[in-house]
Amino acid sequence: MTTLRWIECISRFLSTEEAAAILSPDEWQAVRLTLRVAGWSVAGGLPLAILAAYALARWRFPGRGALDALVHLPLVLPPVVVGWLLLLVFGVRGVIGSWLLDWFGIRLAFTTAGASLACAVMTFPLMVRAVRLAIEAVDPGLEQAARTLGAGPLDRFLTITLPLAAPGVLVGAIIGYSASLGEFGAVITFAANIPGQTQTLPLAIYTALQSPGGEAAAARLSLISVVLALAGLLASEWVGRRLQVLVGRRPAIGR
Amino acid sequence: MTLCVAFRHAFPGLSFDISFAAPTPGTTVLFGPSGAGKSTAVAVVAGLLRPSYGRVAIDGAVLADSERGLFEPPERRRIGLVFQDARLFPHLSVLRNLRYGERRANRRSSSSLPRAAPLRHCEERSDEAIHGAARWPWIASPSARNDARSPSATITLPDVVELLGIGHLLDRRPHTLSGGERQRVALGRALLAQPRLLVMDEPLASLDAARKDEILPYLMRLKTTLKLPILYVTHALEEVARLADTLVLIEAGRSIACGPLEEVATRGDLPLAARDDAGAILTARAAAHDPARRLTLLRSDGIALWVPLVDAPVGAELRARVPAREVILATDAPEAISVHNVIEGEVRAITDEPARHASLVEVRSGRSVLLARVTPDAVARLQLVPGSRVLALVKSMAVEVFAPAGSPLDRTGRRE
Repeated sequence: MTTLRWIECISRFLSTEEAAAILSPDEWQAVRLTLRVAGWSVAGGLPLAILAAYALARWRFPGRGALDALVHLPLVLPPVVVGWLLLLVFGVRGVIGSWLLDWFGIRLAFTTAGASLACAVMTFPLMVRAVRLAIEAVDPGLEQAARTLGAGPLDRFLTITLPLAAPGVLVGAIIGYSASLGEFGAVITFAANIPGQTQTLPLAIYTALQSPGGEAAAARLSLISVVLALAGLLASEWVGRRLQVLVGRRPAIGR
Repeated sequence: MTLCVAFRHAFPGLSFDISFAAPTPGTTVLFGPSGAGKSTAVAVVAGLLRPSYGRVAIDGAVLADSERGLFEPPERRRIGLVFQDARLFPHLSVLRNLRYGERRANRRSSSSLPRAAPLRHCEERSDEAIHGAARWPWIASPSARNDARSPSATITLPDVVELLGIGHLLDRRPHTLSGGERQRVALGRALLAQPRLLVMDEPLASLDAARKDEILPYLMRLKTTLKLPILYVTHALEEVARLADTLVLIEAGRSIACGPLEEVATRGDLPLAARDDAGAILTARAAAHDPARRLTLLRSDGIALWVPLVDAPVGAELRARVPAREVILATDAPEAISVHNVIEGEVRAITDEPARHASLVEVRSGRSVLLARVTPDAVARLQLVPGSRVLALVKSMAVEVFAPAGSPLDRTGRRE
């Protein structure tokens, strides 16, 4: 309850004129863009992350080790390299990129969608790890029980595995979202630094620091980053705990 | 109708070769020590394990046959499985747990047609696979018991709630239930999936003695109320005595005997009779109550036993266990003795038990058999040999009687 009231207070404050005056319109634009890019990155990446996590947690198949490594690659590669690889694949002359452009007229490089894609790829390992841990924690015995009760594979996944892993899935989404807010290297390489289109918060901070007298703007934007990151962490903690109770893993405290 | 199971499977370091056939409906108990292969057999029957060779057929429907490359996945087998650890879905209420299988069963029955397959084949093969199956000619014959419900009748939620006494739990979450309540809900959930076979894998093993006593009468009642074939796995003799119609003994990955409970429990050459607590198990009916003398008369095939007053209506089916070491043998009828039960019979076999310095005497009376564990000296003094006429003296107080949970006729209404 108290958490909900906090959220209410903050959102009420943010809609006031004083709040609007904290940042310049351009800076607000960067904040809004960042939130949107992160949202799309999670919306696109999470379903795939759930699929990959389920495959890694439950299936034994040839190439499982390779998939595991591939999923984790963005975590260990320099983000600039990831961005460059994305350019190779999804760039206007890339393997998939040229195909997308020719057939659907979709261009990813140097666009907002491209920034989302870069964020999604970079945060993919984080989401997969969170979801995979949650799926591995679901007792396979429950899936077996569902099976003997007549539930097919998709049915079991949707009615047993996914609801029981929901806390982990939500935490994965929040972590993915928070991490997307801060993605820099891959975004600037693949999507460039175009104000209003691909200039997300970290890129705006970098740009501010590069321009003379931009320290104040950089400080304001950094503060916003810190607040957003903290909010994300707190939210994931809170959501995780609440959902654990909801799916019956843990009895509610004080019952 | 028959339940036929035969499979061979090897894991690294251990191998299984188990086969049995049992009449349905009726309760088939797989009995044996831990690790003998009982749970593996359950996994094969339910389809959770695909054995290297295997065949599972029930009432003519073949669920798996490795020779024909046939293997129905568990979700299509209609086998209700009750696990040792209940496995209720923690994110669903008791009611939604119960409905889980029921909803899918309804969907299935409205969309697919039942696959019937002929199966003489099954009976032929399993007969030869089973040790001494020829000794029990009725194995392949249809059961005579046709009184309760027809197998095709749907099991409804109210039925299950009433049968298992779980009405007050429906809104609760599984983690708030006690172990015994959880098992009852798991049982109800399996029943509502409209199974053609109910399989219970040591459903009481994780419960303490009090909880077991709470559930066992429900299981006995289930057995008599629903005409449903049951495959029950246990390593507890009491559960065997209360529930089994057909008993399959499993040891070290092999099925070593299969037959009617009364037979298998009283054969001196089988491990059940070698136990310290060996004894005859009789399926009996309460024939009469004598409240003045505070006695009840039990009748089974060939044996009438007076026992202390039993809390069950006349005509109720009961189980009675007569421990072998409590039975006295005599050749002349004693007079002026406290024993109520003097049963005339014929010695079927005598097994020497060197480790105990005892002899196990099998006494047949009608179609029932009693076991008596006496000293070899007594056997010599009475000059007992197979075929001798003998009197078995059974103290009323020594007979253990197991009754199902209170039926509507229950006079005291001890259980809700």
